Amino acid sequence: MLTFIVRRSLWTVLVMFVITVLVFIIFFKTPGVDPARAIAGRNSSPQILAEIRAQFGLNRPLPIQYGLMMKRLFVSRDLVSYSNQGQLVVPEIFAAAPATLSLVIGAAIIWVVVSIAMGVAAAVLRGSLLDPLLMIIALIGVSTPVFWLGQMANLVSQGGLHNTVLFSWVPPLGYTPLTANPLRWFEGLVLPWITLSILYIGFYARVLRASLLEVQNEDYVRTARAKGLTERRVLMRHTLRNSMITFVSLFGLDFGALVGGGAILTEVVFGIHGVGFLTYQALTNLDLPTIMATVVYGAFFIVLANALVDVGYAWLDPRVRPT
Amino acid sequence: MSDALLEVRDLRVSFRTDDGLVRAVDGVSLRVEEGETLGIVGESGSGKSVTMMSVMRLITDPNAQFSGEILYKGRDLMKLNQSQIRSIRGSGIGMIFQDPMTSLNPVYKIGWQIAEQIRAHEQVSSAQARDRAVELLAAVGIPQPARRIDDYPHQFSGGMRQRVMIAMAISCNPDVLIADEPTTALDVTIQAQILKLIRKLKEDFGTAVVLITHDMGVVADMADRIAVMYAGKIIEQGTGRDLFYDPQHPYTWGLLGSIARLDRPRPRRLAAIPGLPPSLLRLPEGCAFSERCAHRFDLCSTQPELAARLGTAHLDACHLSPERKKELRVTTIHPELIAEAP
Repeated sequence: MLTFIVRRSLWTVLVMFVITVLVFIIFFKTPGVDPARAIAGRNSSPQILAEIRAQFGLNRPLPIQYGLMMKRLFVSRDLVSYSNQGQLVVPEIFAAAPATLSLVIGAAIIWVVVSIAMGVAAAVLRGSLLDPLLMIIALIGVSTPVFWLGQMANLVSQGGLHNTVLFSWVPPLGYTPLTANPLRWFEGLVLPWITLSILYIGFYARVLRASLLEVQNEDYVRTARAKGLTERRVLMRHTLRNSMITFVSLFGLDFGALVGGGAILTEVVFGIHGVGFLTYQALTNLDLPTIMATVVYGAFFIVLANALVDVGYAWLDPRVRPT
Repeated sequence: MSDALLEVRDLRVSFRTDDGLVRAVDGVSLRVEEGETLGIVGESGSGKSVTMMSVMRLITDPNAQFSGEILYKGRDLMKLNQSQIRSIRGSGIGMIFQDPMTSLNPVYKIGWQIAEQIRAHEQVSSAQARDRAVELLAAVGIPQPARRIDDYPHQFSGGMRQRVMIAMAISCNPDVLIADEPTTALDVTIQAQILKLIRKLKEDFGTAVVLITHDMGVVADMADRIAVMYAGKIIEQGTGRDLFYDPQHPYTWGLLGSIARLDRPRPRRLAAIPGLPPSLLRLPEGCAFSERCAHRFDLCSTQPELAARLGTAHLDACHLSPERKKELRVTTIHPELIAEAP
């Protein structure tokens, strides 16, 4: 198992390297685009362009350009955003990360708990009316756009109904750090959590139900029954346990993508200044250094999540464990 | 006669489908005495597995309908609630299945899976259950059981997995072991080992065995009594000697005639029963085998009862007179085979 983890980590490093190379080539070597001009942003003076060319070594060989860029991203972390008053990009991302993590972890807890409950209930109650009902609810969840749902949540909780008992506790839009005021942190995130999790609840509930129904027909579930186990134990220890293999691998990928900036719509709608929000701003300003840094940051989390999924997969399924 | 360990009375199992009612089991009665081996023979879809799955109440299909009685030690299993039937599953009646490759849960160690069953029925510590699992693995002939107990199913071969399944099925000392085609998925040399193991366990523990198979060769040296099923019904039932040396039903003749024998001159072609079994959706009025039977006559359009037509415990469901059967069966089975009957 240990060698597997080590080997998987080495792979992760290699994949990260390839991603940074690709990102670098896209941003620096797209034909017809002057990287200095792209980095400098709109309306830049010739002095700034010259300064950037020197700083990024744009007239030196490609590997050196790549090395300089990576040094700025990972070692000296002094990549500067020109369109954003010389803001240091890397610390900015690190400052934004806690908001994103708070949002995504909370939403993930909600969606895992609720989707398991819904998926199991639908599978167990198959044949009754509740099964199609739950699946229709799930389908509505899957097909509701996050930005619409978020705006509706805001409209209701911040607008006309804000002064009623139901929504008077909802603080104004924005993010309060956990360390500053835990209660405020929680109150401010309740609606974003729900908004973000609804799509995933719907999706995961449907996937889990389908997987449970499939596993229920496996021979080993019949064996479990023939052993004289309770239905509850057959469900939890044998059926659900095997369905979790699918569930966990999906979860890892979605979670990684969200931490990596995929919660952009929720963050923008609720004014949470996380990594997604930062990416959104950078995109509207064509702020190349920030975009590049967020892309690498996002890729890092997705690759990390992938690696964790593989380790988790091996933990859940002994058949893929190396012996 | 009510002292049978397990007795099935007029069991009927049907499944509602879009095309109509499928009568998978159509009035089957069986009895298994303590310590004996009953072989149930029949081709795919003849209802042999459904019968024994119904005994364990393992058919969860909501479209299934059941009637009849299943008496185990005098209790009707059909009338038991979930928790009562659970206490019999795995404890009073153990079951092993056709495909050992898929019958064990791939994510748990085999020792854990055996211990799980022991602990479901007995108040023992996990260490005790584990020790029992090691003993059981040794009893079914798994080398280095103390080490193999922590292996996962995928680390075993098919034959070894079937041994694990058998260890699990006998872990709570059941009175009856139901083996549903235990060797079908295994290659021939392994088949022989597994059958030998089942016979040995039966002798050591006095367990009654119900052996479901489509292989006459398997029941020949295993079963004390044999029931032949066709289209959801038992069409012939008797001791092994009855069935092999004095077969009464033309379907049984067909089964016996289609065995390739090594101790006989090789036939040019292996005999086969012409045609296919009838659809269980639209069973014929009379004898279900009549469409494929070379000896049918006008009486065959009425349902033959399974009855003692020879005045012994040998039952069959064919309208032909015993004398006619004796004359006719030589056309299907090699005459020498029957002549050799002592």
